[in-house]
Order: sequence, then C-alpha cells, then structure tokens
Amino acid sequence: MREEISDMSEDDETGERARWAPDLSKIRSDDSDSGPGPPVGDSPPPFSDQVLENVLENVLEFLTSRRDRNAASAVCRSWYRAEAQTRRELFIGNCYAVTPHRAIERFRSIKSVVLKGKPRFADFNLVPHGWGANFHPWVKSLGAAYRNLERICLKRMSVTDNDLTIIADSLPLFKDLILICCEGFSTLGLAVIAERCRHLRVLDLIEDYVEDEEDEVVDWISKFPETTTSLESLVFDCVGCPFNFEALERLVARSPSLRQLRVNHHVALEQLRRLMARAPQLTHLGTGTFRSEAGFGEVDPNLDLVSAFGASKSLVCLSGFRDIESEFLPSIYSVCANLTSLNFSYANLTAEELIPVIRQCHNLQTFWVLDTVGDEGLRAVAETCRNLRELRVFPLDATEDSDGSVSDIGLQLISEGCRKLRSILFFCQRMTNAAVITMSKNCPDLVVFRLCIMGRHRPDRTTGEPMDAGFGAIVMNCKKLTRLSVSGLLTDKAFEYIGRYGKLVRTLSVAFAGDSDLGLRYVLEGCTRLQKLEIRDSPFGDTSLISGLPFYYNMRFLWMSSCNLSMRGCREVARDKPNLVVEVIRDWASLEEEEGEETEMVEKLYLYRSLAGPRTDAPTFVKIL
Amino acid sequence: MEGQTQKSYDAEVDNLKDTELRLGLPGSDEEPKKAKKRGLGESSMKAESVETAPVAKAQVVGWPPIRSYRKNSIQMAKKGGDQNNEKGGLFVKVSMDGAPYLRKVDLNMYKGYRELREGLDAMFKCFPTAKDEFAIAYEDKDSDLMLVGDVPWEMFITSCKKLRIMKGSEAIGLGSSP
Repeated sequence: MREEISDMSEDDETGERARWAPDLSKIRSDDSDSGPGPPVGDSPPPFSDQVLENVLENVLEFLTSRRDRNAASAVCRSWYRAEAQTRRELFIGNCYAVTPHRAIERFRSIKSVVLKGKPRFADFNLVPHGWGANFHPWVKSLGAAYRNLERICLKRMSVTDNDLTIIADSLPLFKDLILICCEGFSTLGLAVIAERCRHLRVLDLIEDYVEDEEDEVVDWISKFPETTTSLESLVFDCVGCPFNFEALERLVARSPSLRQLRVNHHVALEQLRRLMARAPQLTHLGTGTFRSEAGFGEVDPNLDLVSAFGASKSLVCLSGFRDIESEFLPSIYSVCANLTSLNFSYANLTAEELIPVIRQCHNLQTFWVLDTVGDEGLRAVAETCRNLRELRVFPLDATEDSDGSVSDIGLQLISEGCRKLRSILFFCQRMTNAAVITMSKNCPDLVVFRLCIMGRHRPDRTTGEPMDAGFGAIVMNCKKLTRLSVSGLLTDKAFEYIGRYGKLVRTLSVAFAGDSDLGLRYVLEGCTRLQKLEIRDSPFGDTSLISGLPFYYNMRFLWMSSCNLSMRGCREVARDKPNLVVEVIRDWASLEEEEGEETEMVEKLYLYRSLAGPRTDAPTFVKIL
Repeated sequence: MEGQTQKSYDAEVDNLKDTELRLGLPGSDEEPKKAKKRGLGESSMKAESVETAPVAKAQVVGWPPIRSYRKNSIQMAKKGGDQNNEKGGLFVKVSMDGAPYLRKVDLNMYKGYRELREGLDAMFKCFPTAKDEFAIAYEDKDSDLMLVGDVPWEMFITSCKKLRIMKGSEAIGLGSSP
C-alpha cells in the first residue's frame, strides 16, 4: 500500500535500454576476463578536464531519476565518471545481472540500495525452495564498501539473521530497512536490527515469511533502545509471532516522529485504541485484529474507539482489519473523508457492511477489497470514489470453481464512475469482452491492467467467444499502458493485438493462453519496450523462443514454465547469446526419476541478461546452459 | 473463433486439455473433484446458462495467482468473519428494553424457537419486567426489525444479527405475540 510497493513493481525501465547498448559493446571489446571493466583504465584526465568534471558532478547531484542518470552516463567518459561519483541510489532489478564487486567498483558513494531477487512467479510456488537470490554476498560487499549506506530495500531475496547482523554491525548510519516478500530470517535477526541500529527510521516488513522455531521466538519489540527513537515507520503485520504489547506501547510513546504503524493480528481493538492514543500524529495505520477481546458481559469499547479515530486527524491510510467484527466499522467514519488509501482486502465484508463506510470516502485514491462485497459494493465505490487511481479486488475463495461474487457488471460500473483509474487488479469468475472494452474507453489513463479470470480458458460469459477483443481494446485504447496481465480463453489473435498496439508495455504476464508459436512471436517482435515477460502453461515452443533472440538483451528476464520448450531450443539460445544466463529449473520429482539422464522437455526456463556470467550458487536442480 | 458452436468449442477444450502440462507431483490424484458441466441454455440472453465452464479440473500449482501470505490470512477471515455456517459459536447480542446492559447468546446452542425463548427467559429473569408482556424481535441482514418465529429456525439463525426483547406494548405492530 505504501509508495514503495508500487514503485517496486512498476519500476521505471525505459532507461535500461539506453544503458545496455553502450555497456555491452564495452564488454565485447574489452578482454575476456570477467573483471569489472569500466572505460577508465587509462591515465587520469588533464587538469582542465578534471575541473569540468567537478563542475559536472555538482550539477549531476541534482539528477535523481534513474533513467536520466543512465542516459547521462552514456554521453562520454567524463560524464560516466561524474555520474558514477554522484549516484546515490543503486537500483538492481535482478541481483544476478551484476556482481556486487562490479557495482561497487563503478559507484563509490551509495546511500541507498534496492535489490530484487527471485522471479515473480516464485510468489506462486513455481520456483523451488533454495533457488537462490541470497543477500549474503551483497551484504558483505555493501557493508564493507559503503560505510554511509542508509537504506536497503529488498524484494524476493533470501535474507538470513546473519545478514541482518552484518547490516547492524557494518553500517553506523543505517536508517531504513524495507523487506518485501523475503524469507530466511527470524525474530532473532529483527532483534539485532532493533537493538543495534541506533538511527533506525524505517522498519517495513511487508509480506515476508518470518520463520521462527516454536521455542526460539524473540520479543524483538522489547529490544529497541529505551531512549527516544527516530522511528518514522514500523510495519510488521507479517511477523506472526506474539510480542510484549506494553513494550510496543512504550516504543510508540517515545517515537515522536512515527507516522506509519502497521501491527500484526495479536493486537485487538482495545490495544489499538491505546496505541492510537499514544500516536495521534499517525498518517498510516494498519490495525491488527479488528475485533474486541472482550468476552461475555464486558463493556462495549466502541465508544472509546470512536473518539480514538476522532482524535487521529492526520490519518490518510487505513489497512489491516483482520478478522473483522463489522459492528466496529462505524468507529472509522470520522476519518473516512480524509482517507486517500483504504485496504479492506483482509476483511470479509458484505456490500451492506461496506456501503456506509465507502460512501464517506470521497477522496479515496487507492482501494483494496475482497470480492465478498460483490458488484453492489463496487457500485458504491464507483459512485463515491471519483478520484480513484488504484483498485484491487481479491478473491475470498481463490479456487477455480468458487462462486465469484464480482463480475463484468462490477468492472463496468467501476469504469463508469472512476474515470481517472490508473491501475487495476481484478479477480473474478465471469467476465465479458464488452465490459473490458468499456473500461478501455472510459479509463484511458490506465497504466496497469491485470485481469484474472480464475477459471482457466474461460470465454466471454455472454457470447462464448474468446477474450481477445477485450484485451485488444485495452492495448489499443489505453495508450499509457505499461503493465498487462491476461487471462481467460485467448487465441493468438489477442497476442497479435498486444504486439501491434502494446508499444509501451514493459511487463506482461500470460497464463493458459494462446494457440501456437505465433502468439509469442507477435509479442516478442511487437512489444519494443518489453522488459519482463512471464508465461506459464501456454503452447509456445522452441521456434517462438528462438524468434526472440534479437530482443533478449533488451529485456530484464523471460520466464516460461509448462510450455512446449525443449533442451535443444534452450541450448541454441544459450549458444547464440553469451551474455544471457539460461537457467533450466527442474522439479524435485523429475530430478529423482532421471539420475544422470536428461529429459528433453524443459519444464521451467528462466533466462536473463547478465554482466556477471553464470552464477556460482545455483542449486542442483538448476542447470545453467 | 467467431460463431463457434458448443460442440466444436468442446472439442477445442479437449485439445487444450491434451496439450496442457500439469505441475502435479507424480502419483497425485488427477481426477476432477466435481463434474460440474454446464451446457448452453436456450436463449443466449440468459447470462448464467450460456456460461460454458469446462469440467472442473484438478487444482493447479500457483493458480489463481495469489500469494501464500494472502491465502493464509484469508483463511482466518473466512473462519472469523463468516460465522453463519460455523458450528463453533454464533453469538448475537441480546438487548432488553429497560435493562442496563446487553447479553450475548450463542444461537447454535438452541435447537429451535422454544429453547431460545426458554434460554432468554432464564437469562433475563432477574429483571422486573412481566414476562408475559414481551415479544422477541430480531434485526436481520437488512437491518429490519422482525418478529421471531415466522421463518424456519435454520433460516432464522443465518439471518439474525441481533435480538431484542421488546415490551409488549411496543410489540403490537409486529403481529401476535409468540
């Protein structure tokens, strides 16, 4: 829900293309050893040039956009050096695309690092455990090279308690730790961070898998120093273990800069009220369990909750609402008009329960909700939230055969009311081309369109036709579209549309779609800005894979699983493109069956451009061609 | 694919199923859990009947694409929020006109209206209201005040949100006393 998350998924990629062309030619003309080869191996520049460089550095300090910096660094050697000296944030979209050593050689004074690891399909259990994306080699190098490093943001990396200890011990000025969809650490590591990072400002743990042995849970909340802290953000709803609530209450009381707090489900409403009383300045609040602890015969705490929200005049973002008792919802009415962001996606609410709340949220820009509110709930959203920019509708029952409660009707209503919509993620069981086409016309500002019709190969529910026309209209009419996820029954025609009109598309997710190799070819040849392509269970074979050879260096990665690929095709790609790492990932099952014998069919392919060459930490089930 | 008949579509679905590569572990059950085949209705205007959902397939790894974190959290939401079908506790508030505080009862504890009335009698007998002159009403999902006893018990417990014991004089409009 924070800005970081949207930034992390829709990271600006257009600069990468400009950057890669010059760098690759430098690799080829330099000698063959894979040491870092910056173009400044020659003698130092003359004095006048040095002065110019210093002036340039002062100017480049102001350049913050990654795309602009990449472009500036490609102008000439002088600019390359100046830019390298002044870059403060290091963004690495694929941790295996470059070695830590090489990054450190080029950039000398970095304050913030963003690292992404596993491919996104790892979120859906398609990448076996132990695949890689270990933070360890990075933290060792970063800790040694960048003493002034303040911020580390990781997504889908494997992070151990030891790694967290290295952060705490190596970086005296460390301020911000953001871990998204990471795993490998426990409350032990969190305790070290809390205790030793004296300038900690942000500790955001977002959808991480925090592993704790039953008897080894540490009450990390109690480990923060007893003095006033500089904490501005504390997010730990994914840390499932219990903790000392009084310690949290005291921590909040001595953190005057705290503006974001998201607690886990061990905090009930009575405790929430106490926390809110300690931090009336909060702007972002994630409630724990939205339920009273009180049992039989207790005083109804509803009144106090009302005044608690009434006193929180700065709240603009609410989330949490786990295990909700909807009778307590009215207590948030007083803040609704100020809310720009509301996340009900863990709350099982009916339309009747949602409507009185949403009707007051006129300023909402981001709204996440469960499909239990149905098309009627979405109608209320459409009628009230005229400024909505982002909508996500998640399924309560994430199976193919569930009775979905939202449909094309809801989608159409949203498109009619929320004309400024930029981003939508919509899970449903029933959809029509007409509704999607209507949305494409009503919401021309769409940048992200992700529609998941949960039943595989499901056609338009009224006409029985494939969903080609709908998705075609989206790429045709939404001229700013950069991210697209398709679903439902789709023929090669849909991909022809995407290739022809999706000229700005950077991220494309495909599942159970297409008829033949043509489909993939349309996309590879047509989508000139394509960076991330992930495909599963679609009938694309070696021919289409090979047709993409001219384009793979322009992309961050390609993932294909359960398609029609064979080792022959994958080997040809690996042979033809030396700076591509081509990984064939096998399932544990097939590993046991064929000892020493290689299957011809490729179950999972993950290929990515890299300046680092084949990685040395690949597990046995990964074969690098 | 325009103008495709149901028959040729079915054939295509079968072909698709042939090329479909599954990610199930060896030896896993691949039979569909339920055979839920829906045919075309007479009129294409009827949305539900035209829905040509293929036979339910075995669950596939990672589909629909929802992160485990969310799936696990939703499990809790399903259990906690949707109490209507849970055998473990269907608590509703009970208010009695004139009483200083409310009580809560577990509707699952009673087999029918008679037991409910007896239970409420026992609960509120400390209050000095003449028991013959009160009616039991309830608030349903639409927040309407209804007299208890009109609908079958099973239907009642799924729609009852709150109970209210009303003084006999106010209950006149609701119909004959229970």
